[in-house]
Amino acid sequence: MVAIELNTGARPAAGQRIDISSLSHQFELEGDPLPVLNDVDFSIEPGSFVALLGPSGCGKSTLLRLLAGLDHPTQGELRVDGLPVGNPDPSRILVFQDPTLFPWRTVWDNVALGLEAQGILRKSRSRVDEAIRLVGLGGFDKAYPHQLSGGMAQRVALARALVNDPRLLLLDEPLGKLDSLTRLTMQTELVNLWQRARLTAVLVTHDVEEAVFLAQRVVIFGPRPARIIADLTVDLPYPRHRGDSRLTELRREALSHLGLASTW
Amino acid sequence: MSLVDPALSKNADAVFQDVPVKSRPVVWGLGLAAAAAWIAAAAVIELWPETIPQPYGRELAVISLVIALALILVAVTGRLLGAIATTVRYYGAWAIAAALGLVIWEVVTAKTGLLPVPFFSSPQSILEVFLDDWIRLGTSVSYSVVLLAKGYFFGALTGFIIGVTIGWSQAASYWVHPVLRIIGPLPATAWLPLAFFIFPTSGSASVFLIALATAFPVTILTWSGIASVNRDYYDIARTLGAKPAFLILKVAIPAALPHVFVGLFMGLGTSFAVLVVAEMLGVKAGLGWYLQWAQGWAAYNNMYAALLVMALMCSTLITVLFRVRDWTLSWQKGLVRW
Ligand SMILES: Nc1ncnc2c1ncn2[C@@H]1O[C@H](COP(=O)(O)OP(=O)(O)OP(=O)(O)O)[C@@H](O)[C@H]1O
Ligand SMILES: [Mg+2]
Repeated sequence: MVAIELNTGARPAAGQRIDISSLSHQFELEGDPLPVLNDVDFSIEPGSFVALLGPSGCGKSTLLRLLAGLDHPTQGELRVDGLPVGNPDPSRILVFQDPTLFPWRTVWDNVALGLEAQGILRKSRSRVDEAIRLVGLGGFDKAYPHQLSGGMAQRVALARALVNDPRLLLLDEPLGKLDSLTRLTMQTELVNLWQRARLTAVLVTHDVEEAVFLAQRVVIFGPRPARIIADLTVDLPYPRHRGDSRLTELRREALSHLGLASTW
Repeated sequence: MSLVDPALSKNADAVFQDVPVKSRPVVWGLGLAAAAAWIAAAAVIELWPETIPQPYGRELAVISLVIALALILVAVTGRLLGAIATTVRYYGAWAIAAALGLVIWEVVTAKTGLLPVPFFSSPQSILEVFLDDWIRLGTSVSYSVVLLAKGYFFGALTGFIIGVTIGWSQAASYWVHPVLRIIGPLPATAWLPLAFFIFPTSGSASVFLIALATAFPVTILTWSGIASVNRDYYDIARTLGAKPAFLILKVAIPAALPHVFVGLFMGLGTSFAVLVVAEMLGVKAGLGWYLQWAQGWAAYNNMYAALLVMALMCSTLITVLFRVRDWTLSWQKGLVRW
């Protein structure tokens, strides 16, 4: 287990609070409106770990982009710590579905991107080294993205987010491309990270088992345009055990909400 | 004889390593054959009497012998000469072909006069130009290189800046694009009469024309490079706190560089053409002028020599640009080689 403390400095400990009220969003697709989110209402407590589940194409990634401030909703309001979400801010970091590393930058330079963009790289070079070690890529500092495996690239993307000390970590299927072994390890790592940094984590995933194993709360969306159809609380302390019968129960419940009860 | 033909083996080390140590060839057979070919060429040049006596036949024979000796040296020293030996071994078959080509050329010109004299030069008469007129040739090359460098530098820089600007800013694109569409495809040489009239000196007019020829392809390719950058790169940089300057300098431009280099190559090609025309009609210096001067004196030997030098110059410049690109884009998959 990696035992590196990423947040050593004293700082206000706690993640951001999120309030989403009557949020709707639509895209234009060849002139026709394409409603994606439909009257979504929910709040996330500071420092909690929430998983979002839903059928493919229902609007989960869209919701994360709205939270990151990359897009602006057509209706409704998003508040982070009570303030409306404006432009993107490094306190809220989105890890994309694809790692999308910058191919012309080495692993180290990719991870350093945020600090460099904020103009604080010179003072905080050691944070980059720490973040790289944290995701288990020590020794690959000078490698270029094309020299990495898919799983390694995804871990670099995670390090690139973590190095900024986000207060809100938005994860869009960050483990989707990993092999099942690395995936299990990284799940445990994510929980450790979240507990240590006490940030708010919002994880989008397709994997029901992953959702109930990691999160304190699982929000389930219906098909597009997405509405919340269920909100499950996972009342189990960490560290959790994959074989726990309560997890199995919750998993069955989540699957039934997704219309997949018969496969269980 | 080695089983691995050095000429066929792209990988330099394979020439030595694929063969077990004990049977490793000490002597490079193909190299000795090439040396023999060059000795034969020297003999033909020296011993076969010329139909029209020409100076510098002896010198050409001596050069051929020197090449033969160098080949023998490489052939018998194994890997002692390191990288040089590797390169020479790779081109072993070419060395034989070149000797053969020289002999044929020599025979159809100087020895038999099969090709009519003033229009086709013999090898030794071109050698004569290099040995007797190298000062004027050298000066011409340096004029050409300086003129090209100035024009190309300004053109590439302007094209790059315009390309980035219109790739980035909708407003700039709105205004510049129609102008570019109408003026851009016009060959730079069409501006020539006007440029020599407007500019105070023919030198500055030539720099302008070369810059114009370079700028168009660089602009278009830079623009399309910037426009085709994956939008996710911007989104990622923005969530990490990037400001517009960072997005342009550290995201858009590096991502567009592969396209920019394509533009730089195209620009270099067109700038050569404009360089020669501008020198012939305007600046009265450089290789283009040398060619025209030689034509005026019906000095065909000098024209061939100048063409040869010009080919070497252009190919060297292209090689330099390749090196710069390989170094700059070493992060690209499949490009890493040096
Ligand atoms: N920029 C866009 N323009 C138009 N339509 C879009 C755009 N982005 C997403 N959409 C549409 O919005 C819908 C929701 O997309 P989104 O990426 O949020 O789905 P998702 O829930 O993340 O799906 P998945 O689980 O497969 O990743 C899709 O139907 C998609 O076609
Ligand atoms: Mg998605």
